[in-house]
Amino acid sequence: MVTFQFVPHHEIEDLSSAKRVNKLLNIVKQNKIVLLEGRLRKEEETDLIEITMEEISKSKFKGIELSVIYPEKDKFSGVKKVRQGFVNMLLGDRQGLTIIGPASVVKKIEQNPDNIELFTQEVRKSRKRNKR
Amino acid sequence: MGFLQNFLNKFFKNLFKKKSHLKLGLYGPPNGGKSTLANRICKDWLDEEMSSVSNIPHETREIQIKEQINIKNDKGKELTFNLVDTPGIATKIDYEEFIKKGMKEKTAKKRAKEATKGVIEAIKWLDDMDAVSVVLDATKDPYSQVNITIVGNLAARDIPVLIIANKVDLKKANINKIKAAFPQYEVIGISAKYGKNTKEFYERLFKLVG
Repeated sequence: MVTFQFVPHHEIEDLSSAKRVNKLLNIVKQNKIVLLEGRLRKEEETDLIEITMEEISKSKFKGIELSVIYPEKDKFSGVKKVRQGFVNMLLGDRQGLTIIGPASVVKKIEQNPDNIELFTQEVRKSRKRNKR
Repeated sequence: MGFLQNFLNKFFKNLFKKKSHLKLGLYGPPNGGKSTLANRICKDWLDEEMSSVSNIPHETREIQIKEQINIKNDKGKELTFNLVDTPGIATKIDYEEFIKKGMKEKTAKKRAKEATKGVIEAIKWLDDMDAVSVVLDATKDPYSQVNITIVGNLAARDIPVLIIANKVDLKKANINKIKAAFPQYEVIGISAKYGKNTKEFYERLFKLVG
């Protein structure tokens, strides 16, 4: 069985970068797939990779699979782009969806680019495949 | 806070930066050909190799630096830089994958541990780079979040980026897919292994940091 946990953006918006990353990673370490509303800041995405590596080196954790679906900014008109940028600056980026799964559960996530396919690991010789 | 810290780091870095200490980083996922490209650059200009290469991922697990590489173009222009070959950036590392490639458990576990440290080190070095070539395997799907995260981070830090679509000697290579994935960046197709199109790569380096 695969468990998804939805994390609305307001649950992380008041947290510091380190706490945001740790909160998401703690859910993933419970073998759940995180569906985060919006996305982390660019530097937080790198922090997520860095902290994941630290967790791998000190435990049996195998790492994460990560994917972000994000609407192309070029598709927005000028006014909408400025307005969106302002809202993002104040409240964080709520556009799109971030998927973070434990590598022990999620084999790979393919993005192509607006379509996402999530492949789970083989369990007891039967192959599970979830398509989104 | 992060913005202010980035600004101050960049301000002081630019204040004391000398052209002779320009750092060119090779970044990308494991097995994209970063070390093969590093060796190609060193062979072309220093007549020596820099890093060991292997088909098993995470062969480079520590930052490798070759200092004072001086390249010249046909117009007599010169560029001197320190080349930084970095461990491949990944979001997961499993020692069992190395065992599948024929390694013994103890060696595989050691390699995995060193590889995780290597990724952390590579990320920490991002701030020190003056320009970066992101080396991607042109036979693989470029829409991986690791690639997008690396490129996004470099953009956020205002570090000039050149994307290398490596392994164009292989039939499955698709440079157009990489261009479509990163339309706002210059993409150049090369074969670091066979030296194909490297002259154009050096020309792009002049444009990138010149």
